[in-house]
Amino acid sequence: MGTEFKESITKAVNNANLTGALGKFSEAYKINRAKAYEGIDFEELRGRIADLKGYAATHLDELSDLFQKNAEAAGATVFRTNDPAKVREYILKVAQDNGVKTVIKSKSMATEEIHLNQYLEKAGIEVGETDLGEWIIQLAGQTPSHMVMPAIHMTKEEVSDLFSKEVNERLTSDIPRLVKVAREQLRPTFLAADMGISGGNIAVAETGSIVLMTNEGNARLVTSLPKIHIALVGIEKLIEKYADVATILKALPRSATAQLLTSYVSIITGTTPNPDGSMKDMHIILMDNRRSEMAADPKFKQALQCIRCASCLNVCPIFRLVGGHVFGKVYTGGIGTILTAWFDELKKSEDIQGLCIQCGACTDVCPGKIDIPGLIMEIRRRLVQDQGLPLLQKAIYAVVNNRSLFHGMLRAASVAGKPFTSGKFVRHLPLFLADLTDGRSLPAIAAEPFRDRFKKIQQPKLKEKAAFYAGCLIDFAYPEMGEALVKILNKGGIEVIFPEDQTCCGAPARYNGAYEVAASNAVDNIKALLREEVTYVVSACPTCTVALDHEFISTFESLGQTEWLPQAKILAGKTVDLSTLVKKLVEEGRLTLKEGQQLGKITYHDSCHLKRTLKVSEQPRELLQKAGYELTEMFECDTCCGMGGSYSMKLPEISAPILQRKLHNIKATGAKTVAMDCPGCVMQIRGGFDQDGAAVTVRHTVELLAEQLE
Amino acid sequence: MLYEQFKIRAEGVSAEVHRFTTKKEALDSLIGFLGREGLSDAPHSSALWAAGSFLDGVERDLLAGIAGLKFEVTRESAAVARFGISQMEWALADTGSLAQNSTAIDQRLVSSLSTIHIALVPTSGLLPDMPTLLVKVHPRDCRYLAMITGPSRTADIERVLTIGVHGPERLIIIFVDELGGTN
Repeated sequence: MGTEFKESITKAVNNANLTGALGKFSEAYKINRAKAYEGIDFEELRGRIADLKGYAATHLDELSDLFQKNAEAAGATVFRTNDPAKVREYILKVAQDNGVKTVIKSKSMATEEIHLNQYLEKAGIEVGETDLGEWIIQLAGQTPSHMVMPAIHMTKEEVSDLFSKEVNERLTSDIPRLVKVAREQLRPTFLAADMGISGGNIAVAETGSIVLMTNEGNARLVTSLPKIHIALVGIEKLIEKYADVATILKALPRSATAQLLTSYVSIITGTTPNPDGSMKDMHIILMDNRRSEMAADPKFKQALQCIRCASCLNVCPIFRLVGGHVFGKVYTGGIGTILTAWFDELKKSEDIQGLCIQCGACTDVCPGKIDIPGLIMEIRRRLVQDQGLPLLQKAIYAVVNNRSLFHGMLRAASVAGKPFTSGKFVRHLPLFLADLTDGRSLPAIAAEPFRDRFKKIQQPKLKEKAAFYAGCLIDFAYPEMGEALVKILNKGGIEVIFPEDQTCCGAPARYNGAYEVAASNAVDNIKALLREEVTYVVSACPTCTVALDHEFISTFESLGQTEWLPQAKILAGKTVDLSTLVKKLVEEGRLTLKEGQQLGKITYHDSCHLKRTLKVSEQPRELLQKAGYELTEMFECDTCCGMGGSYSMKLPEISAPILQRKLHNIKATGAKTVAMDCPGCVMQIRGGFDQDGAAVTVRHTVELLAEQLE
Repeated sequence: MLYEQFKIRAEGVSAEVHRFTTKKEALDSLIGFLGREGLSDAPHSSALWAAGSFLDGVERDLLAGIAGLKFEVTRESAAVARFGISQMEWALADTGSLAQNSTAIDQRLVSSLSTIHIALVPTSGLLPDMPTLLVKVHPRDCRYLAMITGPSRTADIERVLTIGVHGPERLIIIFVDELGGTN
């Protein structure tokens, strides 16, 4: 990551106005969004949206033709181009041909994408933004920090300073008064403008209509007062059917701002009369700018299912810390990273793609059903393919790819780490061979890894067998978790085998775009884990479980490797996470937890991969309650803890405040124990409490359950 | 049923909702309201009424005597009007929205430039939701379909909800049964 980029992050996370406004908004958003969707089957709704948008994405040419035919039949002029330069030239020509001096605009990300304002201003045309947020940032000479709320990063005091200059009068920071000033200032601009420029929220092929939504009412004025209206629409806004407008409008305002509907919706089809009786000169520009290429890409075509609600920004634990400016000048947040990589260039996304911690919070809320983290991973993969890995990472993966060398180094580290050990924690963990962060202690490498301890465990001979996939953290840092797992499964009538040749699950490599390394890890593990006939392959690390269950397959598929695909599928079929397996054993009556225990208050932290990829969240809660714990839910229980594998090493300035928020939410429950199913989360949160000093015990569910066996 | 649902939703977004049986009652209430709010010929105190079926059969002479109430909609008259009166044909119960074929520019001018927009709605125009509306109103017959849900609003400064940016700061909805229907 570049120094400049790192500096922009530091600046953002230390901007209290920004993090305060975004933090408050993101907390309110979750609650309000849920309320707005009350009584609506969101999964069904987003299924329909994904289908209709997916259809449009695969029929862009056909729908563009149909749209053009219908819009032109209704009197509009349609201009189609792939080239942003041609869009700018076309708009300038229409303006010059008609002697346009002033233009008013309603909010349009497509015009931001092609930097239209600067271009028109250079040609001597005055351009006025009319969306309040856009106007504020125009006055401030800034760029939008959020797709829906462009000026969310500014305080009312800053706005009042800007407006005071504009009206030559000292204004207070009273918000209703400031809004009134904007109304009064912009009204003459509206009435005097020669041309209106808008975007388009939807373009309907079968009728040639464009749909515009605003809360302020500016789009109604932009499309009604001037005699010329130009709508700039990216072709991803096309849908086939008019009736589907209602489907998108059911989700868009609810997801964007938790409203049932925006104050104003206009469905405009062709030309309409001007106040003087003449007909409006209406132009619609269908802009491609690499959208067709995106549609032709088997991985990225789903990104065209985006309806631009920005809910992926609103739920992102990173976005609420850094805001939009860190992401660049136009599209921001998760989807913005993907759009920047395409509409701008792949290279431009090099730094910002690294902001994604892969927690998947956005996939839960995306009304277009886009796998945003998955696509960001694909960007990473392609960047690595294009540019290769940084030298340090290359060195790390050379080690990780060689199991005996890797494990040998870990063993050596347990000795080397000793001088730095303070209690259970060291100040320097060579596990990821990277620099450390403040605000969190890291565990010592165990003196004796699980693979050695396992040999000493006396197991009964049992008919049913499960292979235990430990993962690096349990094997080398938390062997006691592995021992607890063996104890539980033995009680449940399953004998555990530990295939010695298992190695890193490949997640660290994969999450850094090094798919070749991840594939090689996958092959080693498949060989190791399928060598002996077992009923289950069980893991107590959700990230490893996801690797075994999903990612070996998708890594092979991404690379076009087919040789190990069938075995990867067999392995996936056997893979199960600890809590799901234990719950099954309990339900089948094979395992009994102690009855009538009163173990006190506990709170549970959902690990990202467990909850959102494996869809497991109730199982551990039920088991812990059955064991006698009184469950008290924390605020934002399923928000990422900031670990994200090597993320916490690469971006400590982001990881640390995310962790602090998590610690705060845990402490607020009053519970003395917090449980979780992921050793990575244990490492992050236990390390956090070690520095924080609060008397909260951080445990893996497997340890807590092993203590309560009948 | 639809009316009650509509009223809750519309009031939830700061619209004011009234209902009258006859046109006469509605008109009396409207005139009374304008009077109380300071209707006059003075700048930014006038009311502008865009054509609609409500005015059919209403004695224009009666209204012509009211100072500040005008019927000739132009950019200029709309720009200085404090009140805009128009007839909205449909209302959507599940979101508390109004809808209108706004192809005629005068309908848009009075409802977008005024400070207070008063919408007259035939009670029979109440529909359950937007899908029903879109089946009823097709772009081939309607070049500019406008939906209005509450007054103009913004939250662009510090996420504080503030009413009345570019559009009206008040939306007053008057259902009139006599214009059709009993929903």
